[in-house]
This record gives sequence, C-alpha cells and structure tokens, in this order.
Amino acid sequence: MSRRRACALFVLAVALLSYRLHAQSIVTYDRLLNAAKEPQNWLTYGGDYSSRRFSPLTQITPANVKSLGLAWMYQSPIAGSWQATPIVVDGIMYLTQRPNEVVALDAATGRAFWVYRHQNSPDLVVCCGSNNRGLAILGETLFMGTLDAHLVALDARSGRPIWKTAVAESGSGYSITVSPLVVKDKVIIGVGGGEYGIRGFIAAFDARTGKEAWRFYTVPAPGEPGHETWEACPPKSETYCDPEAWKHGGGSVWVTGSYDPDLNLTYWGTGNVGPDYAHEQRPGDNLYTASVVALDGDTGKLKWHYQFTPHDRYDYDSVQVPVLADINFRGALVKALMWANRNGNFYVLDRATGKFLLGKPFVRVNWMSGFDASGRPIQTPQPAGMPTYPAIQGGSNWYSPSFSTRTQLMYVSAWDEQGQLFGASPLEYQEGRNFTGGVNQPFVPMAGEPTKAIPGAPAIQGLIRGPINNWTDAAGHGAVLAIDPSTGEAKWKFNMIDVTDSGIVTTASDLLITGGREGYLHILDARNGSLLWKANLGAQVRQNPMTYAVNGKQYVAVIAGLSLTVFALP
Amino acid sequence: MRIPCSPGILLMIVCAGSPVLLARQNPTLQGHPEDYVRADIEYGARVFTEQCAACHGETGDGVAGVNLRSGKFKNAVTDPQLRTVITTGFPAAGMPAFTLTPSELTGLIAYLRNMNTFDRGSSMAGDSTRGRTIFDGKGACLSCHRVNNVGSRKAPDLSDIGANRSAGSLERSLRDPSRQMFPINRPVHIVTRDGKVINGRRLNEDTFTIQLADEEGRLISVSRADLREYRVSTTSTMPSYEKELSAQELADVVSFLLSLKGQ
Repeated sequence: MSRRRACALFVLAVALLSYRLHAQSIVTYDRLLNAAKEPQNWLTYGGDYSSRRFSPLTQITPANVKSLGLAWMYQSPIAGSWQATPIVVDGIMYLTQRPNEVVALDAATGRAFWVYRHQNSPDLVVCCGSNNRGLAILGETLFMGTLDAHLVALDARSGRPIWKTAVAESGSGYSITVSPLVVKDKVIIGVGGGEYGIRGFIAAFDARTGKEAWRFYTVPAPGEPGHETWEACPPKSETYCDPEAWKHGGGSVWVTGSYDPDLNLTYWGTGNVGPDYAHEQRPGDNLYTASVVALDGDTGKLKWHYQFTPHDRYDYDSVQVPVLADINFRGALVKALMWANRNGNFYVLDRATGKFLLGKPFVRVNWMSGFDASGRPIQTPQPAGMPTYPAIQGGSNWYSPSFSTRTQLMYVSAWDEQGQLFGASPLEYQEGRNFTGGVNQPFVPMAGEPTKAIPGAPAIQGLIRGPINNWTDAAGHGAVLAIDPSTGEAKWKFNMIDVTDSGIVTTASDLLITGGREGYLHILDARNGSLLWKANLGAQVRQNPMTYAVNGKQYVAVIAGLSLTVFALP
Repeated sequence: MRIPCSPGILLMIVCAGSPVLLARQNPTLQGHPEDYVRADIEYGARVFTEQCAACHGETGDGVAGVNLRSGKFKNAVTDPQLRTVITTGFPAAGMPAFTLTPSELTGLIAYLRNMNTFDRGSSMAGDSTRGRTIFDGKGACLSCHRVNNVGSRKAPDLSDIGANRSAGSLERSLRDPSRQMFPINRPVHIVTRDGKVINGRRLNEDTFTIQLADEEGRLISVSRADLREYRVSTTSTMPSYEKELSAQELADVVSFLLSLKGQ
C-alpha cells in the first residue's frame, strides 16, 4: 500500500469515528448581522452591531441571582489594567491580556487551549498603559490591534498568525488599543495617541489579506471639508499659536464603534484634540475631534458628523460607545444614536442624518450652560481658580453603557460631583513627546463652600485605587444611572462611594450587571436599580462585564485586577 | 540580516592545549546526552558562514590570536558557556551579542565543537527549495501538517519549526518519528461515557480536564470524569522517511524545515 493511500484511509477511518463536542463553526458576516439571535455567544465587542450590550439570556433572574456561585477563574500573568471584553464563540472564549497576548479558553472551565504573544516594537510611546480592549472575529480569523500600531490576524483554531499589517508609526505615538469591528469583509480600527500629537484616523483592512481598503482622517487636511475649523492664527498673537496645528491635532480613536447595516453606516467616537489643554494655540472648533462621525461602511466616506465639544480644552474624549436603537421619541419612532458623553451630557441624535434631538447633563456640568437651536453647546469657561465640572475623567468614559430593549432605558456608569482646575501651558509639538499642554489639579471643595478647595485634600486617583479610600465621596462619587432617552432624565440612580470604570450589561431577565473601583460586582434590578446581589472581587473592575452560555448554562464574566472571574448558577 | 562585526572575537580565549581541557571539550565526557548530530553540524556551518565568517573567516582564524578551529575555548568549556558567549558577546573586544533562534544556536555550537574535524567538503548541504518540493509532493507532508495556513490540521503546525527544533532533531524526526515526538504531540484517543470518539492532540491537560485539537483542529475540552476511555499513544502516526527518501532528500527537507521561522 502506498504511503499516500495509507494516510488517506487513516484519515477516513478517523473521520468516521470522530464526533464534535462543540459545534464550532465559522463566524460569517451573516452571523455577525444576526448576533442577537445567538444569545449564547458574544461575537463583537459590544455584543452585536448596535452595541447595546443587551443579552437575551434569561436563566439568571432576579429571583435566583442570589444563588450565583464561582464557576471558574483565570489569572492574567501580567499585571496592570486589564480592560478587555472577551468574545465567546460556540463554547470558546477568546480574550486579550496585556500587553498584546491572545488566549483561547474553554468558556465552561477556563482552561486554556492556546496563547499567542505579539512581540511589540521597543519604541512604544503610549500614554496610559499597555491596554487592549479585545478582539474581533470573522470566519475563523481573529483580529487584534497592537500597541506598536499593527493589526494582526490569527487562526482561531491554533492561535497562529495569518498576517500582520503595520498601520502607523509607533515611535511617533501611534498605538492601537481598540477592539476592531468587522463590517462585511473588512476590519475597522482606529489609532490611539491623542496625548502625543498624532493625526488620528479610522481605517479598514481587507480581512483576508490585511491590505488597507480605506482611511478616514479625523483631522481633515487643507482642502478637505472641516479643515476650515482649524482657523488661522491671529496676525499678532500674544501667546504661542501653531499655524499647522492640524498636523498633530489628535482625534484618536480608542473605543469600538457601532454599525447600522440598513443605513450601511458605521459610527465612531473621536478623542481629544491635541494639545489637550493649551487650546489657544489651535483656534477654531478643531473638527472632527471630540465628535461622532458616521462613515459609509464600504468606503469610509463621511456621511455626517456631530461635535460634542467644539474646541475642547478639557480632554473630553468622545470615545464612548455609540448605542443604536429605534426608540419612541416624543411620539415618533426614531432611529436613535444614544451617547453618554465624557463631557457630562446625554445625547440623542438621529443616526440617519446626525440631527441633534436631545442633550441633557447626566452629572454636574458647568463648562456649558445649554444648547443653541442647532445643538451646539453654549460654552461657559470657568474663571481661573474655579473648578470645571465634570473633571478630567469626565461624566463617563470609555467603559460601555447598555440599553435594554425591555425597559427602553439607557444605563450609564457615571462620575458625578468631581471638579477640576484646568491649566493651559502652550507648547510646541515634538514627535513622540507628550503633547498635552497643561497641568491640572483636582478640586475637593470645603464643606458648605463649593467654590473653595481644601488644599492638599486627597482626591480621586486617576487610574488606580489602593485598598484605603481616603478621599471619600467629598471628592466626587460614582453611580449607575438609568436614563430615559426620550427625556434625558434619570429614572433611577444607584450611588457608590467611589467612582467606577466598569461597563454594563443588561439581560432580558432585567438584570443589570456592572462593577466599580471598590471591587464589587453588582447585579441590580434594571427596572428600579435595587441591588439584587454583589460579590467582592478584591480589585477594581476596569472592564465591561458580559454574559454568555455554554451547553445551556448561563455564565457572567467579569475582570477585576488580574482575575477573570466567571459566575453561574449551581 | 548580517550583524555588523568588528575585529572582535567570537571565542577569544585561546588556551594551551592541556590534556585535561581537551578531554573536557569532548562532548561525551562532558555528560552530553549524545554526540553532536551531523545535521546540526552542517546547519551550524551555514550559520557560521552567514553570521561569523565575516570577522572570523571561513577557517575560523580571521581574528588575530583567535583560532576557532583549535577547539580550545578557555571561557567556554561547556555548551551553555559557549551559548552565553554567542548571545551576550564580548562588547569590550568588539564582538556584538547575537540573536539567534534555538535551532541556529544548537547548530552553531555543534559546528564550533567539531570545526577542527568537520570536513565541509563532504557535507551534504540541503537545498530548501528542493526540500519544499519534496515536502509538498513526494513526502505528502501537507496531508497531515500545516505550514503558513496551508495544509491539514491533523498533525502539528510546522510554520515556525525551524526556529524551535534543531537540525539534528528534525532529521531524527524524519527517520524515527516516534522517538522524537514531543509528549504533548502524542496522539490521544478518547471515548466519552456516551460513546463519542475523539482522536486528536493534547493542547493542555490538568488533573481533571483535557484540552485538545481534533483531527480538524477544532478545540475541544473534556472532563476526565466524563470519559470511558483515554489512551495516549507513544507511536507517532507519522511514517518514517528513512527508506522513503535518500540522504540528500532528507537533507533537503531538513533544510526546508529549518527555513520555517514563523511570523
């Protein structure tokens, strides 16, 4: 018998005997379009293209949630802020861990199948740690952006690289921390580096080859629409003014966008303008920073935009997740785009046209006093020495909100009553160097005297917290808000002493699952905000909890510190 | 890329040839598990030409006072010491640190240990292009293995095998697959309590569970408590190519495998 024939017979014999324990099948674009019909899976960063983070799963209910127990844990070997949202496909969980590792786990036990390690370039320039927020999948290929600004495609079965594409120069401050979004046959990413004077962009790549298909710059060049908002410097400016400010105008993109297949529009939020605070050196509105841009899903052409914070001077990145839903709004069914912005306002826009429908503060706001008829904020910069609200971390930030189709409420993790003294210091751009242009101070008010600070009083920490809370809620506090999008009013509020960097997931059994810096995983009743269950995870949650199912069993997954902890009913 | 060099010294350290040192240089006397393999020496000769000969010369005596062919290395008596010399260099003497794959290091050390007796003229240099042709055709290797996302998933992916396995190990694998098979790659046969049969390779294992890839590369996790039968075979499903391929063809295939460094 020939060797080839023997091998063929062996394969045939094996095929006849083999069984599948998991029905792993390829993730087609059609499956992504209909992700909501696969409640057991979590196929995209936001759960589905609408980014509602609403799960149809109902096994865990308000009545039985108290019986939740530990199913399994997985420890990251690398310390630091772990911001990834896992995706789950047919019983396999894929997630990233710092700095750019991918691990495939059995979603029912947490045991690992494989680990992929990307070797980053040594010339990294990143502002805020070795963050990565997750993966996208199409077919049997996983996609990950890297800190050294590459896009990597991996074989989901083996974890082996299929292609790597250099997207931008990491030494100049470009990085990719965003979880990619697959639309049709393309992989869409944005670049980080808003604190290093990058010129931001969103780009799409052929999923099969890694070849760039289109690129949309979030800061338009001369001759392009929007460039007029990078105004010329005054002839005799008393302070430094940069005549080519647009070249390093920021507009980074570091949180995943959404997609409306009917409109074929993909929506992305853009980050702060560069420099963050030294605003006088870049006159104008500085489009398309601190904005949402609606791009054609095939070409990346701009369909419309809305700028939340024109001429931003507070680092109010608009990188929150755009939440898409058709809602009843003042008597009419509206294709809404809902947005709880870092600048402290909750917005409803018409996602087909970009028309401003509603804007309302959801936390204390004093940088603006209202909106004009077009939806432009009426800005009220505070005098020197007076605090601005919200503070530098904003009313909300990169962690994801949720919209429940059952309650028709938008759920937002918020930072309230936190003030900041913003200070600007003009500076010239230097490639790869910090380009923020200011020094800011937290503001902790005296009791009964809200305009006077207590010098040296401990304030909310920027990114991490220790085990002792010595700043207390006097420096601000966190909350979960349930906002009625038709009015912008909060239906209920769940207050925390400390703030929260946790996203939210809601379920069809009216659970709201979230965490916070105190280290708790909270499960609330989405209808009224009452606490149903909590677990102390021992470290702050800086990630979006999610839920999935394997073999009919529902799991709740949350990352706190170095631990991915998964709960289930007995 | 060739690493730039100066008149630096790969193995500066020439010493007098005392009988003791000569004896200590003998790998067998050093307690090595086995003698150096010809395939490693041949591969090391190529690595030497690419990385070292620009300074040391093909004959190993290009740097004044240093004769690599002498086989006498004062500061590199053992192989781990020699490995350290190569990977950390002698910056003060102008020799840079070299970044080599494990297979390149194994080969280079084997060559340096045998440079004084190895006859490069008798070397059967493998040709990776010919090796690829054999790999894709006569050897039918892709019917079980996978390289750069092409081929079967039944046997281990070989996309970076050239960075991780030495030439000698690869040659031995071709001649006697079962003896060289890593334990993690031993074929497993599983029958679950409800009668399902799974054949594949282990990816991970603990006291209570097993994670494996089946013959199509699908990821499967099973609980040991759910198994009726669990067999790990020490016999590779890969056939021996000892008689199927000529010595030259084996060298060609090894050369091709060594060229697979991954992404």
